[in-house]
Amino acid sequence: MTAAAALARKNRRIGLAALLIALAMLGLGYASVPLYRLFCQVTGLNGTTQKAIGAEAPGAVVGKMLDVRFDANVAPALAWRFQPEKHVDRVAVGAREMAFFTATNLSDKPITGTASFNVTPDQAGQYFTKIQCFCFTEQTLRPGETVRMPVIYYVDPRLLDDPDAKGISEITLSYTFFPVDSGKGKD
Amino acid sequence: MTDTTATAAPFQLYEDHGHGHHAEHLPGFFQRWFMSTNHKDIGILYLIFAIFAGIVGGAISGLMRLELAAPGIQYLPLWAGTDNFDTALHLWNVLITAHGLIMVFFMVMPAMVGGFGNYFVPIMIGAPDMAFPRMNNISFWLLVPAFILLLSSTFVSGGTGPGAGTGWTVYAPLSTSGSAGPAVDLGILALHIAGASSILGAINFITTILNMRAPGMTLHKMPLFAWSMLVTSFLLLLALPVLAAAITMLLTDRNFGTTFFDASGGGDPILYQHLFWFFGHPEVYIMILPGFGMISHIIATFSRKPVFGYLGMAYAMVAIGVVGFIVWAHHMFTTGLSVNTKMYFTAATMVIAVPTGIKIFSWIATMWGGSLSFRTPMVWALGFVFMFTVGGVTGVVLANGGIDNYVHDTYYVIAHFHYVLSLGAVFALFAGFYYWFPKMSGKNYSELLGQLHFWLFFAGVNMLFFPMHFLGLQGMPRRYPDYPDAYSYWNHFASIGYGVMLLGMLVFFVNVIVSLVAGRKAAANPWGEGATTLEWTLPSPPPFHQFEQLPRID
Repeated sequence: MTAAAALARKNRRIGLAALLIALAMLGLGYASVPLYRLFCQVTGLNGTTQKAIGAEAPGAVVGKMLDVRFDANVAPALAWRFQPEKHVDRVAVGAREMAFFTATNLSDKPITGTASFNVTPDQAGQYFTKIQCFCFTEQTLRPGETVRMPVIYYVDPRLLDDPDAKGISEITLSYTFFPVDSGKGKD
Repeated sequence: MTDTTATAAPFQLYEDHGHGHHAEHLPGFFQRWFMSTNHKDIGILYLIFAIFAGIVGGAISGLMRLELAAPGIQYLPLWAGTDNFDTALHLWNVLITAHGLIMVFFMVMPAMVGGFGNYFVPIMIGAPDMAFPRMNNISFWLLVPAFILLLSSTFVSGGTGPGAGTGWTVYAPLSTSGSAGPAVDLGILALHIAGASSILGAINFITTILNMRAPGMTLHKMPLFAWSMLVTSFLLLLALPVLAAAITMLLTDRNFGTTFFDASGGGDPILYQHLFWFFGHPEVYIMILPGFGMISHIIATFSRKPVFGYLGMAYAMVAIGVVGFIVWAHHMFTTGLSVNTKMYFTAATMVIAVPTGIKIFSWIATMWGGSLSFRTPMVWALGFVFMFTVGGVTGVVLANGGIDNYVHDTYYVIAHFHYVLSLGAVFALFAGFYYWFPKMSGKNYSELLGQLHFWLFFAGVNMLFFPMHFLGLQGMPRRYPDYPDAYSYWNHFASIGYGVMLLGMLVFFVNVIVSLVAGRKAAANPWGEGATTLEWTLPSPPPFHQFEQLPRID
């Protein structure tokens, strides 16, 4: 029965190839996690802002102003008060701007927090560039301590060339502070 | 399509000879049904399993229609056996979740792929069995513990009450931080095991179809049902591992402190939706493509004509399968996609209407000028074509990102996907069931009861689901057990429709039992010259081992 044996070998080969495809798709499922993050950072998808640490702002475009609103949230698990010093700022497109947020640790323990962030409308994400931000690192506050935290940013003038984004008159920058590893905070 | 009538006679003789012998080689009951490696027996097991799961899933939808028959909360606290209102409402979430998961993973997929696929693909391509008969056994017996796990999840805590109340989509964060207790974990494990079962099945089908076709049966002569199973198997192989990855991430997010979908640790719950729908959209084609294959055979058989545009039909299914992988975000139009992204996904989704239209028009062209006979399988097939078209049209409406903003998560969506699945896929299943019942059981069904089943079911499901278009356009949201009085008329009407459908199902079960017990013996080919595929050249039921001498296709 060499024909049967040959068929069995052929079957095993195709079966293994199909199994490999399935495993590759499983790997792709996991690879999608870093790929998705990278995709968001590159394209500004979901209002992901751009990061240009230490860069120079391109300079104000004359006559092009828009409002930047600031929104501050704290996860329920974090005993902080966190708010912007000004709720809205009228800024020139392209100019280097600075905004301050204040955070207070309301508990009697030191707590470390980290902020997630995005902007709305989503299509402004790829033009909203941060030069310096408290959200790039973790922040530790002593019991009862209040800190002022700056964010330095500019709105990229290329926004004016994007047909989907040039109509934007207001950008909302939103932060949410989360506790860093609640297990560490307990001891 | 393959015309085998010329070659039927020689091995018909051989099979008549084999028929006298095969009875004495049959294994004992336990070995035959519990340790089966025979594709026909495993197919029957899958069908029995699917019917049982369908009864469970259908009973759950009956509970839901009972609660929705009138405004207000009537039965949920009673069924939940508690005065705690939140727990009673949680029961509603458990019901919608269980109905969705059971119907998708434990009714439609096992019946289409496991049942009819296992039974008829090897016969249609002239193979003695599947490529890996023992793996076939594993595929089926993985499904049983998966179903038991899913059912047992309703007895343990899911946070607000017993059972997993996440919806069939299992979106984070409701399924992670929103559902404490082991119920969701059990549900996720059930999906893992059911997914593994389907992946093994898909590997088996791909190998069987690529390697074991009878001499002379090229891919371009292969019957359309085998084509549909080949495409479906590739979809399973490419889509299910992504679901497995996504729900494994859910599991580790829930239990081991990872933050794939948790913003506090740098994750993103939207990523779960992308992963889920990358699986979920091909999944809806997995549920309907085998139906496309069956309907092509049935319409050709009862028109006494070969199917119109055979190659176009085959490659339309391939096209639907390919394009089905690049349209997933049309389920996510309200998650804040950019205008350009929405435009792409709207356009790509509408492209699917082209190969689908090719299929619909080819079925109509097959009937055109044919010698039609409206036997039970044919009326089910016609019902399928009509209602799948209705569901397809509402699908084109929903494909518009702008319109979807208004009808997202309303009953309009419920109406749409029940027209393509509950009425499309299920009508295809019944069409296939009646078409092949004489072949599988060796008994003829009752034509009268079959027609009665069809008309009751047809009237019932249309009464049940058509008013949901109105409710959805008026803004009634899905997944709630209660609604304002303004929606009460059509909800009451829909619940009556459920009753009519239930009557039809009772006729179905009576028909199956009466036919199995007292049906007349079926001929090898009860449908006449229109039925040209290889299964009709074998006796009814086929011998335990067919094609020991392979048929030769010219």
